[in-house]
This record gives sequence, C-alpha cells and structure tokens, in this order.
Amino acid sequence: METTARPGPSEKAAAAGGFGRGLASFLGGRWVIIFLVLETVYFCLKAPGFANLNSAQILLFYGTQVFLLAVGELFVVVTGGIDLSVGYILGFASIIFIKLVGWLSAAGMAPLLVTLLGVAGALLVGLIPGLINGALVAYLNVPPFIATFSMLGVCHGVSELIINGVYAMGLPQFAANFGSGRLLYVVPGGPTSLFNRPNVERGATVFQIGPNIVLAAIVVIAIFAFVLSRSKFGRHLYAIGGNVDAALRSGIPVKRRLVQVYALSSFLASLAGIAYAFMYVSGKPDAGASLLLDSIAAVMIGGASMFGGSGTVIRTMVGALIIAVLEQGLRMSGTPTFNTYILVGAILVLAVIMERYMPQTRK
Amino acid sequence: MEYLLETKDITKRFGGLTAVDKVSIGVRQGEVLAVLGDNGAGKSTLIKMISGVYRPDEGEIFIGGKKADISSPMDALAAGIETIYQDLALAENLDVGANIFLGRERMKRRLGLFHVLDDAAMGSEAKKVLDRLDIHIPSLRSTIRTLSGGQRQAVAISRSIYWDAKVLIMDEPTAALGIAEQRKVLSLVKTLKDQGIGVIIISHQMYDVFEVADRLAVMRRGVKVGERLVSETTPDEVVGLIVGAETVGKKR
Repeated sequence: METTARPGPSEKAAAAGGFGRGLASFLGGRWVIIFLVLETVYFCLKAPGFANLNSAQILLFYGTQVFLLAVGELFVVVTGGIDLSVGYILGFASIIFIKLVGWLSAAGMAPLLVTLLGVAGALLVGLIPGLINGALVAYLNVPPFIATFSMLGVCHGVSELIINGVYAMGLPQFAANFGSGRLLYVVPGGPTSLFNRPNVERGATVFQIGPNIVLAAIVVIAIFAFVLSRSKFGRHLYAIGGNVDAALRSGIPVKRRLVQVYALSSFLASLAGIAYAFMYVSGKPDAGASLLLDSIAAVMIGGASMFGGSGTVIRTMVGALIIAVLEQGLRMSGTPTFNTYILVGAILVLAVIMERYMPQTRK
Repeated sequence: MEYLLETKDITKRFGGLTAVDKVSIGVRQGEVLAVLGDNGAGKSTLIKMISGVYRPDEGEIFIGGKKADISSPMDALAAGIETIYQDLALAENLDVGANIFLGRERMKRRLGLFHVLDDAAMGSEAKKVLDRLDIHIPSLRSTIRTLSGGQRQAVAISRSIYWDAKVLIMDEPTAALGIAEQRKVLSLVKTLKDQGIGVIIISHQMYDVFEVADRLAVMRRGVKVGERLVSETTPDEVVGLIVGAETVGKKR
C-alpha cells in the first residue's frame, strides 16, 4: 500500500510560500525563546543592575515557587485537566512544615532530624489535597475546574484554622541558613567555602554562587522532566490528553493515572511550600495565592494546549522564566509591580494567539 | 474448516427492546465475513458482544471451537479478538510507534536502576509490522495528526496485527475515506486475509463487500435474515435482504 504523507501544518505553511508564511512557520516553534532573549536584552539595557550574576540568581531564587508549581500544573494540563488549588496547597504545606518542626523541636529532637521529619511529614500531608482532587475527577467525574477550585477554598480555610490568626514562624537556625544560603562562596584572592559564608570584613567582595533552594529545585524539576518525557507514566499522560478513549481501550489505567497526576501536582506544590518556608522562615495560608496565575501562564506560554496532550517541562520553564524576568526587570526599572499582572495577562493572550496562528509540528 | 470465532444464538436486550435476537455467525481463518444491515439493524450491538463491550443475555461465543467467556474488552483482546472502531482510537498527538505500543510500552533499563521508554525499539518494531502489511508511511516519528485517513486506518490495523490478532473486526473501515484510500484499505484487508487472519467487516458499502468479502450475513431488526457466499449472490439480492423486499427463510 503506497501512501504519501499529508504535509504537517508547518510544512503546509512553508509550502504556501511567501516571506510572511515562512516567517510565521519559523516563529511558530521558536517565538517563546526569542521573546525571552529579547526581553532579557531589553531589561539588561533598561534596568540598572539587571545584567549581573547576582541579579540572575535572585531572579531564580524568587522564581522557585512558580517553577515548581508550573511543573505540577503542566502534568495536569497534559492530561487535559487543570489544578487551581496549587497556590493554596503551597500555603497549606508551608504551615504544616513549620508547625511540625515546631512540635518536634518542642519534643526535644535534634534540629537536623526535626527538619527532615518535618519535610517528610509536610510532603505526606501535602499529598492529601491532590489525592482528593484526583479521586473526585477520576472516580466521581467532577470537572477538574470545580474539584480543584473547591480544594482551593478548603485548603485556604483549613490553613487559617490551623494558624488561628498568627502566621506560623520559626525554623532551626541551620535550616534558615540553608534556605537563604548559597552553595559556594568565593572570596577573590582568598578562601573558597561550601554552604557557609566565610568570615570576612563587612563590605569585602564575596562571590556567592548557587542558591541552595534553586539548586534543589533544579534537581527536582530535572527528575520530573525525565518522568514526563521518558517514562511509561509520562507517555500515558500524553495518551490520556490526546485521546482518552484510545487510552482506555489500550488498557491504560486512566483513573489511576488521573489520581496520580493530581497527587503529583499536590506534591510539587507542597515542595514549593516547604521551599517557601525555608526561604522566609514562615508559613502562611496565602503564601502562594498570587502564584496560580503565573504558574498556569507559564504552562500556556510554554505552548501546552489546555485541551491536553502537549507541552514539555523545558518549554514550561522558558514560559516561567519569561514571567520571572518580567517581574524582576520591572521591579528593577522602578515600575510598580502590579504592572506585572497586566503584562503577564497580555503575554498569556499573545501566547494563545501565537499558538493558533503560527502552527508548528511538535509533541 | 472449523470456525475461528463463532456465535451461537446470541441475544442482547435493552429493556423491552431486543437489539440482537438469536444471531449465529462465524468466521474462518483467512476469511472475510461482511455483516450488512440498515441503521439500527443490530450490527454494532452484535460486534460489541464479540469484542466484550456488552455481555450477551443469551447464547454462547466459541473461539477455536471452545466456549469462551468474554466479559470485558480485555478478555476479547487476550483471546486475540481485536476491534477497530470507526474512530480508530489513536492518540493523534503521539507517533506511530507510540500508538502501536500504547498501554504496552516497550521499556529499556538505564544504568541498571530505572526503566525508560525504548522509542527506538518501538519505532523499528512498528516499521517491521508496517512492512509485513506492505504499508509505507514516510516518517514513523511524525504524529498521527499529520497522517491521512487511510494511513491512520493502516496504523490502527498494524497495531491489531502486532498484538497477534486472530480475528479482526472492522467497523465501517472505509466510511471516512476518499476513493483512493478506500481501495488501499481494501487491499490491506486482502493482505490480512492472505496472512490467515479472520476478518469481520461491518459495512454499508456494497462495493467494499463484493470486493473483499467471501461471505456475507445480513441483519434486519436484530435478526439475521440471510447469509450468502459472495460468489453466489448479487448486489440486488443483498439490497433486497437489507430492506426486506424479498421473503427469505431465516437461517438460525
């Protein structure tokens, strides 16, 4: 049987000829990265102090929560769902972590053990909202929007009940140091040290490289990027988002996968909450409230379809960086931060329009 | 020759409606059986009982001469009965290899620690089965979305064959295709037949039936109203059976 390929969308665009079509096709797959580069160059020129190593590290440091949330959100979006509860799961987990650490410390345990048990406990408790979201979506056919929107409210309420009006605060000193510390400290012409800032005079130059929290987040994100693109689990998620009937008929355990994917999103939101507690030595219900827009926008700007079946972790991270650069660039050029919300919204719409009119061939 | 797959007096009722009433059909190895009938004649219900979607209220199904208990689509697949529905059930966002191995992915070990998808192996296995059926698809790495209707049908068929289908059920395989692609799919059905697979085709298209089928069974209002060897009948007679213009003795 001889068959010829029907040209893919981008091939069609290219074959249609003309500079405009060719340009559209070229931009289709690459506009996100081009946008990020142009934006970065713009702020390097416009915002004093933007173009240096420390500024870049601070940008990543404050972006940590959005990076983690966006990865979890991407997993859910690949299946064709959405998770609106991640921001408040973040806050919930930050409180659970600080509270657990407080109780265990009061019980007289060693700081390191307290911190490790606190992380483990907060991650376990943080799975609960996701498991409930997943069960509602998979077994009771509640639309993801409704299930996770309700969970947003529940997590907010439960968090407020736990703290009872007072923000949760306090961590062992070493944990707080780790949270705001860097991997490497280099004194020009002097000693190099790991994790601990060397004792040098105030005002002396110390190069501080690799915020611990950012490095930890990069490891986590790399693992999940691998899971999505190279594991059987990841392949099943794309299949569910691409054609749920096909997934069902091929014997993929669709319901179980859905529960797992909402639990995974909840897990990453909890990690983001724990990272928040490490960074700010506190936990509060609305710690991640404003991050939902950013994390969904990162996924969308990264080119994932809201109908499921597409998107990659790398492209999502480019989307998240576009937002992080924008926020820091505006802040450093002295523009009020609420402008960021407007611009993020605008870029999000731009992303959807680009997706529609500049098609591309990719997974 | 004995039937590869046979139904004996299977019946399915939905409330007061008898969708399929004591129907007996069978398909042999290397044979194409066409099931014809007007809309609502019970063809789809019959097929869904064979493929495990519905459970018959009465009657029995035999596979290779042995009574089979098919209570779910997985049971049917395990027994070598593959069904290709009109919508093909392909994930359009994935490539050919990923679709053929969907739900049964080929893995390889990395660093002795964890398993990763072996896309290279799945791609080359996909190529093998496509070659066996003489199907040419320019790039196996392109997604199903970029393929034509006939190519998609070919991928769906390849998937069934790869997983050792003994009986392949095809629901209106040519319905959504252009003329040229219809012919390709029909020639593919002949290839399957030559390889010893029993094929059941549900079709409205008289041309398809006379082109590829060996036998045909006609259903009307849930009942099998006739069965003919294609070589011994004419399109006119078959149309008569479908619409009920001729009186024909029921064969049970």
